[in-house]
Amino acid sequence: MILVVAEQRGGRLNRASIEALAAAQQVAAGAADEIAVALPGADVKAAAAELAAFQIKEVVAVEHAALEPYTPDGYVIALEQAIRSLAPTLVVLPHTYQTRDFAPKLAARLDRAIATDVIAVKRAGGGLAFVRPMFQGKLTADVVLEGDAPHVATVQIGAYRADQAVKGTAPAAVRALEVSLDPAAIRERPEAPFQEAKQAVDLSQAERIVSVGRGIKGPEHLPLAEQLASALGAELAASRPICDAGWLPMERQVGSSGQTVAPKLYLALGISGAIQHLVGMKGSSTIVAINKDPDAPIFEVADYGIVGDLFEIVPALIDALKV
Amino acid sequence: MKIAVCIKQVPTRDWQPRLNDQKTWIRDQDASYEMNEPDAYALEEALRLKEKHGGEVVVCSAGPSRVAQVIREALARGADRAIHVEDDALASADAFVVAEALAAAMKEEAFELVLTGLQSDDQGFAQTGVVLAERLGLPHATIVMDVQVGAPAAGQVRVKRELEGGWFQWVAMPLPAVLTIQSGINQLRYATLKGIMAAKKKEIRKAAAPDGLRARQRIVSLYVPEKGKKTEIIGGSPAEAAKTLVKKLREEARVIS
Repeated sequence: MILVVAEQRGGRLNRASIEALAAAQQVAAGAADEIAVALPGADVKAAAAELAAFQIKEVVAVEHAALEPYTPDGYVIALEQAIRSLAPTLVVLPHTYQTRDFAPKLAARLDRAIATDVIAVKRAGGGLAFVRPMFQGKLTADVVLEGDAPHVATVQIGAYRADQAVKGTAPAAVRALEVSLDPAAIRERPEAPFQEAKQAVDLSQAERIVSVGRGIKGPEHLPLAEQLASALGAELAASRPICDAGWLPMERQVGSSGQTVAPKLYLALGISGAIQHLVGMKGSSTIVAINKDPDAPIFEVADYGIVGDLFEIVPALIDALKV
Repeated sequence: MKIAVCIKQVPTRDWQPRLNDQKTWIRDQDASYEMNEPDAYALEEALRLKEKHGGEVVVCSAGPSRVAQVIREALARGADRAIHVEDDALASADAFVVAEALAAAMKEEAFELVLTGLQSDDQGFAQTGVVLAERLGLPHATIVMDVQVGAPAAGQVRVKRELEGGWFQWVAMPLPAVLTIQSGINQLRYATLKGIMAAKKKEIRKAAAPDGLRARQRIVSLYVPEKGKKTEIIGGSPAEAAKTLVKKLREEARVIS
């Protein structure tokens, strides 16, 4: 049996959970396994009903008042019990900021192997091989997990599509699983989530974006990118290192920790294309990459690419746009 | 306060991947190495906390002998001493093996705070810090963007965690604790000549990896990723390439006028 651990916040299901469910269904198809979905939280009835629509054996509501708000201690204690009780062969979670926080600790407490950031699952010699990026996406590895079941896998956002998750003909059963959780055992004391000062730039509404990465070398070269943006009628954005360095404000950051954008045109200047950046822009209609490294992962998502020195190409582009 | 910083040595960002003959790992001897970037931010945060609260910063690394390079660099930036868990097999080890090797060497030091980067630029597990916390029996927080020691009360730490899509959250927990640090939390300092000279006299305690470490992952195949999308590479001189691209964006993609 494969156990998917779904994620909700304030009772609302995280879409990435459905992607993890789609991944589990694809793995199960080869071995006729059954799928159960565990949903931890304080009050998860509505989200559990939503999950029950999918072709699965059952939804297991792991409810406890101490699971709201999320804490790594609370989730590890509750899910350790759920996994021991349900005894799956594989546990699948979405690779979100929340699962990054607790899944390795859960696996360590169970003393079971975990593969993170998985983009595909292959059948290999009676077992499973988990495909995951390594070396900043320059290489991909097929990884086999060792030791007793259950193994744990977290699935990269966007690697499986939520609309590929198969719905059932009738709603699956929903049942509650009792867990014992002493609130005093939870060491973390979270405060309410918040957003920094209201964002002045809404990149998600931009039709065209020129985005700069490490290849821009220094803040003194930003005016060049600005000129190109202005010639294209585009907003200026950046990858994380540029905002980390303070060359552009955080609100112009595209990627998993910044904004997710899907403009008509996304022109990436000197951006290598780390996965954290790609997840924030790969939905763009047309992607152009200009980079000196022909092996840069950004070219994997680009429609048009120019391999070369951006300091030569950008001025030429600005000229060409004048014609 | 006594702070540990766990750092990893990884191939440099501009390294071109080359595989070993078995295609299960990289050709180590061809790579040039540097300190894992998020770990460098963790080190900087530790140095700032020491400047504010006093105490010492101990840099801990698990890896083959070449790792001494990044340990020296950390000492030159201001760490007080180091622990090097040295074993050739640690070069490609999984997160459990690295965390358990570090935990064995760190346990008796009784650190009050353990910092490390949120993930490494090589295998990118984003597991080591969290598994280390479990093996040391400590609470943890991941993807940390601010650290307040002694808040909200003495013996506690309050940290700002990054959530998805521009959201943040403060979380408090008792010390000792493990924090995984996000890049960009601070501005990095570089080693001064004085620091480099001083580093030569600083202690690096070597520890052997404990017996019985068990790998949980095995790489059966390592390869250059297949392209998901057909990219049209535009060649020619910069002027020619620029002209062609503008034409295609106007006439083919129709995304500019």
